[in-house]
Amino acid sequence: MGIKRFFHQMGSPQYFYRVAGLWIPWLLGASLLLLVIGWVDGLVYAPTDYQQGDSYRIMFIHVPAAWMSMFIYMVMAFSGLLSLVWRVKMGEVIAVSCAPIGASFTLLALATGSLWGKPMWGTWWVWDARLTSELILFFLYLGVIALYGAIEDRRVGARAVAILALVGVVNIPIIHYSVEWWNTLHQPATITKLGKPSIVPSMLIPLLIGALAFKLFFFATVLMRARNELLERDRNTRWVKNLLEAEAK
Amino acid sequence: MNPIRKKRLYLIGLMLGGLGLATFLALKAFDDNLMFFFPPSDVVAGKAPKDHPFRVGGLVKVGSVERDGTHVEFDLTDNAETIRVAYDGILPDLFREGQGIVATGTLAGPRRVVASEVLAKHDENYMPPDVAKTLKTAHAEGIKGMREAAR
Amino acid sequence: MSEFLHMGGYAAYVWPSYGLALVILVYNLIGPLAQHRRLRAAILRKARRAGRHAR
Repeated sequence: MGIKRFFHQMGSPQYFYRVAGLWIPWLLGASLLLLVIGWVDGLVYAPTDYQQGDSYRIMFIHVPAAWMSMFIYMVMAFSGLLSLVWRVKMGEVIAVSCAPIGASFTLLALATGSLWGKPMWGTWWVWDARLTSELILFFLYLGVIALYGAIEDRRVGARAVAILALVGVVNIPIIHYSVEWWNTLHQPATITKLGKPSIVPSMLIPLLIGALAFKLFFFATVLMRARNELLERDRNTRWVKNLLEAEAK
Repeated sequence: MNPIRKKRLYLIGLMLGGLGLATFLALKAFDDNLMFFFPPSDVVAGKAPKDHPFRVGGLVKVGSVERDGTHVEFDLTDNAETIRVAYDGILPDLFREGQGIVATGTLAGPRRVVASEVLAKHDENYMPPDVAKTLKTAHAEGIKGMREAAR
Repeated sequence: MSEFLHMGGYAAYVWPSYGLALVILVYNLIGPLAQHRRLRAAILRKARRAGRHAR
């Protein structure tokens, strides 16, 4: 079983550190290339919207950022679960590395939503179910960061963080379905609803390219942070010393 | 899976299940408060508060908008009931006849709301103007076709 | 070009959105890179000091 062996190997810090180092440049390169293509397509070539004019171009950032805010949370919670149940050390490392990236994408989703809401809705902010639950997601990320920072022992801290992350998972379906369960000012989903998305292809393509770019960017930066976390945790071990001394030569 | 891991997984599953249930019940209890606005039917049925401001949301009836300087009055409908909304101030860019809005205001009669704020609600459609025009024509022709077929 | 920058009157909302996105992406790159450099320097410093004592 190739996959099983691969995951087993990735559980070793030394192996993970090396493989992640090989992947990061490719992930980053692909992500930045897609980002440029997506943004140029979205800003220059995508047509103006019949109702929102050019303000809808904010969606090319807002929607991928909002998707990422939830996706990263699920990655964080799943890694936390792996660390809690199977005591996978890499699960701890990935979970704590997710939090700052997730928080920044959530902030981006909230801020760009606000910048679109002011001219379109007529307000920067309303306390409807969608906006409120997304704000709670932001606070969950901040809580994870603060909790991990407050506990001296990294392994204990990671365990506490995993539990908090798992508890916060209940918020994810609430964010997603808030626009269907309750009436909100926020519009229902365009892309994920069943059947044909109610967006023309010339607008959908830059949106999907942007989303893919953000996703690859997340993978690259979470690996970068995970590598740092590994160095920090294993700073007194032989493999770290040997590796860094070999690099320094 | 070894028994200790299994136990840990069950414990976490139990915790999440309980938490999910508690959240569900709490949200169910506060259901009405989580609704951002009342539809016009609820206002007409007397469900909206009479002594303090509330939000009402619906579609702006086509052809009902009357402007007089910054004063605007229009009909708001949920396709069941219609109320009249009066408002003084700047309307958001998405405010259109036939589009959704949410107004904050107080009752000034059984079917009249004086609004202090009008917010536009966006539908989930994204398209350029020419596509919108084609769709509209196609829709109108479709209705015409259906009428003719019925005859 | 100026029409493009004007964004149909929504320049004040569109450009800050893209600007903030850039800031957040750059922050997510610079942050871990700087931390990596700091960590590496600290670990190497400590290793050299320990090496000198051992001799």
